[in-house]
Amino acid sequence: MAEYQRHEHDVLVIGAGGAGLRAAIESAHSGASVGLICKSLLGKAHTVMAEGGIAAALANVDDRDNWEVHFADTMRGGQYLNNWRMAEIHAKEAPDRVKELEALGAVFDRTADGRILQRNFGGHKYPRLAHVGDRTGLEIIRTLQDHAVHQPIDVHMECTIVSLLKDGNRISGALGYDRERGRFKLFEAKAVVLATGGIGRAFSVTSNSWEYTGDGQALAYNAGASLQDMEFVQFHPTGMVWPPSVRGILVTEGVRGEGGILVNKEGRRFMFDDIPENYRGQTADNEEEGWRYTQGDKNARRPPELLTRDHVARAIMKEVREGRGSPHGGVFLDISWISSKLSNAEEHIKKKLPSMYHQFKQLADIDITKEPMEVGPTTHYVMGGIRVDGDTQMSSVPGLFAAGEVGAGLHGANRLGGNSLSDLLVFGMRAGKYAAEFAARQSSAKVDTQQADAIVRVALEPFDRAGGGEGPYQVEHDLQTMMQELVGIVRREGEIRRALDALKTLKERARKVSVTGNREYNPGWHTALDLQNLLTVSEIVARAALERKESRGGHFRDDFPEKDPSYGKFNIVIRRGANGEMQVTREPIPEMREDLKKIVEENK
Amino acid sequence: MASNQSFAQNIVESGQRAAARSNTSAGTETRAGTFRIWRGMGASGQLEDYSTSVSEGMVVLDAIHQIQAEGATDLAVRWNCKAGKCGSCSAEINGMPRLLCMTRLSELDLEKPVTVEPMRAFPPVKDLVTDVSSNFRAKKRIRKFTPRPPDAPDGTWRMAQSDADRVQEFRKCIECFLCQDVCHVLRDHQLHEQFVGPRLLVHAAQLEMHPLDILDRTDELKESHGIGYCNITKCCTKVCPEHITITDNAIIPLKERVVDNHYDPIAKLVRLMRGSKSTDTGQGEAR
Repeated sequence: MAEYQRHEHDVLVIGAGGAGLRAAIESAHSGASVGLICKSLLGKAHTVMAEGGIAAALANVDDRDNWEVHFADTMRGGQYLNNWRMAEIHAKEAPDRVKELEALGAVFDRTADGRILQRNFGGHKYPRLAHVGDRTGLEIIRTLQDHAVHQPIDVHMECTIVSLLKDGNRISGALGYDRERGRFKLFEAKAVVLATGGIGRAFSVTSNSWEYTGDGQALAYNAGASLQDMEFVQFHPTGMVWPPSVRGILVTEGVRGEGGILVNKEGRRFMFDDIPENYRGQTADNEEEGWRYTQGDKNARRPPELLTRDHVARAIMKEVREGRGSPHGGVFLDISWISSKLSNAEEHIKKKLPSMYHQFKQLADIDITKEPMEVGPTTHYVMGGIRVDGDTQMSSVPGLFAAGEVGAGLHGANRLGGNSLSDLLVFGMRAGKYAAEFAARQSSAKVDTQQADAIVRVALEPFDRAGGGEGPYQVEHDLQTMMQELVGIVRREGEIRRALDALKTLKERARKVSVTGNREYNPGWHTALDLQNLLTVSEIVARAALERKESRGGHFRDDFPEKDPSYGKFNIVIRRGANGEMQVTREPIPEMREDLKKIVEENK
Repeated sequence: MASNQSFAQNIVESGQRAAARSNTSAGTETRAGTFRIWRGMGASGQLEDYSTSVSEGMVVLDAIHQIQAEGATDLAVRWNCKAGKCGSCSAEINGMPRLLCMTRLSELDLEKPVTVEPMRAFPPVKDLVTDVSSNFRAKKRIRKFTPRPPDAPDGTWRMAQSDADRVQEFRKCIECFLCQDVCHVLRDHQLHEQFVGPRLLVHAAQLEMHPLDILDRTDELKESHGIGYCNITKCCTKVCPEHITITDNAIIPLKERVVDNHYDPIAKLVRLMRGSKSTDTGQGEAR
C-alpha cells in the first residue's frame, strides 16, 4: 500500500477561483468542515484574468433594468438551450451576490451618487456590469480570498487531484498529489464540489493558463457523471495576435464597451455589415448612435461591436479569411479614435482600461491611446460542462456538485460577457450550501485504499519509462494544434472525424510518455498527468460537435451553417458507458414555465 | 453601412505603421540566446547554461518554457496567466526582481547570458520556485475587513469615487511578492515572523483607509506586524509591477498613524472621546 497524507472534511471543494472560494465560504458558514484545493497558490486562479465586470441587474445606472430583462438577455444570448431555471436563479440572485461582495470589502467603481457603477457589455440590454476598471476578476478573487483565510477552511495549495473516489454509487473523496514534494494525499469527504474551471488548454490559441486542462470535466466523467453542451466553446473575439508569444492573451470587451471600434484593412467598420435578425431592433444603424450608446445615452441602441461574442468572433474570422485582415492575421480594434470626441481621451482610456494600456505597451509596443490594436479570436470559455440540478448544483453522482465554468446550463450555446463572474458567485454559493446540507445527512464515506493504490500506480508510470519514451510537452503541443485546426472556431464533419482519429493516436502516445527527474515540483510529470484530462475532454468536445449538425452560438458548422430549430429542443449529453465507451445522447430540454415564457416574449 | 472613409483610413494606416514597427523593433528573424538558470533542490544548487532560439516579442517566461520543452522537462517554475495579472512568475532576472511573463527579451542584452534566479528572500524549494507561505501566514494575522452598518435600507453603502480611488491603488496588488523579495528586512535579515513586509503593509493600508472599515489596526501594526522595521528605502516601490506607490502612499501614512496613536497622548484622548479612528494623515496619494 502506498503512503498517504490523509485529510478528512465534510465538504471538499476542488478549485479555488471565484466559484470554489464562494462555495467553500458558504459551506463553512453552514457549519461544515471544509477543505479547499488550489492547483496553484491561493488567489492565482483564472478568475484574476476576468476584466470587464460582473453582470447583475442592480439598476444603478439605468432604472429600467431588472432580473427579468437580465433573464431574457441571458436566454437570447444562449439561443434558448440554457437551463432556464438556472438562468432565472442567476438573474434573481446576482444583485445580492454583488452587494455581498461589497460587504466583504470589494471596492467597485462608483456612480456620481456613490453607488456601484455599471457598464455596457455585449448582449446586455442595459449597462449592467459592476466593475473595477478592467481588473474586476482580481477584485473578486482577492475579496473572497481575504475573507476565506479568516474562516475555518483548510487550504491545500499547489495540490492537484488525479481522481475522485467513490463508495458504491456515492462520492467518498479524492486522491491528489502536492506539487512541492510529489506526495499523494487522500481526502475523505462526504460531499465534493468541483470548481475547476475550463478546458482552454485543449487549443493552441487560448486566453487560459496552464491550469485549464479540463480536470473537473474529466474527473466527473470518469466518476460516471454526465456532461452536456460540450460542443459549445466560446472563442472570445478579441485576443492579442502579435507578437506570436502573446497570441491569445485577452483584450477585454470593455474596450468596445467604452467605444472601441473594429475596422478591417480597407478601413471598413465591418460589424455594421451583418447584424443578426434577432438583434436588429436593439442595434444601432449608424456610428453616431453607437457612440452615444457607449456614452450612456439611454435612447441610443448598442453599436454592432457589442453584439454577442460568437457573432463578433465569426465576423472577424470572415474578414481575415477573405483577405481583409490586419498584417498579422487579425483586424484592427481602435479606441484611440475617441480623441475626436473627448478632450481628455488619453487620460480617460488609461483610467478606464489601465491593464489594457499596460499590456499593449509592455508586450507589443503599442500605445492604445494613439494606435489601434491588432486582435483576433482566442479560445476563452466552455459553455458546456457537468450536467447539474439547477437549484442544488448536484450532478448525476450523489454527493458530487459543480459550480462555475466546470458546470453547465446557465449559458446555453453562448455566454454573455459578465455572466461568468456572476455565475461563479450565484452557483458557487448554492453548491457550497447544498453540499454542506448533503454532507450533514451522510455518515462518513469509506475510502477504498486499494482503489487509491491502483490510481497511484498509474500516476507514477511516466517515471518508470524514464528516458524511454517521448516527453509530454510534444504530445500536448500536437494535441493543441490539432484541436485548434480541426475542432476550432469553424468545424466540418470530415475534420471532426479526422480529429477523432488523431485523438486515438495521441492517446497511444500519451500512454507512453516518459518524464525525468524526481517527484518534487516536476512540471514534466504534472503535464503528463494533465494530458490525460485534456485528451478526455477533447474527445468529448469532438463527439458533441459531430452530433450537432447545425450552427448555433459558439458552435459553427461550415457544412450546416444555419440554425436548425429541431436542434433547439435538446442538449447533447455525454457519459461513460458500462464498458468505458463514450455515450452520446440527446436529452430534451424541459418545457419553460409559462411566466418565464411571457418574460422572454415581452423582451423580444 | 459605410464608415467615414478618411477617418477609418487613418486608423488602418496607424495600425499598419504599428505592425511594421513591431516587425523591425525586435527583429523578425530568430537568434540564439543563452539563459543561465538556477537549478537546485532546497539550498543547494548552481547556475546552468541553456541555449535556445529567441524570436519576435518573446518574454523570459517563453524562453523558460522552450527550454523545458526542449529537454529540461523537470525545470520548476511557477506561472499562470502569462499576462502580468496573477503574480505567480516572480524571479530575479539579471539580478533584478521581475515578472518572467512581463520581461521582454528585446529589453535585455542577449550578447551576454541572461541570468534567471529564484527570489532570494524566500526559502528555496526547487529551481525557480520558492516557499512563499510566510506571506499567506502573515495575512491571517491582520484583522479582516469590518464595515460600518450599511448606509441604505437595502444593505448598500454610498462611497465617492475619490474615496474609492485611494484604496483601489492598493487593491491593484497582484501578490507577486517582489516587494517582499527586495525588502532588506526580509531579504538580508530574514525577519519574516517579526515584520509582515511591504505587501502586507499595503494590505493593512487598504483596510485602514477603506472608506467603510471601522477597525483601528495601529496597535498591532506597531506591536506584532513590525512596521517600525521599515526604514523607507523605497526599494519596494521601485520593483512593483503594478506601480503602487507602496512607501509614500501606504507605509508612510500608516507609520504616521502609529506615531499619532502612540506618541501623541492628547490626540489619542481626543479620538477616544470622539470615538473615531486615527487622525487621517494619509494624504500621500495626492500626486
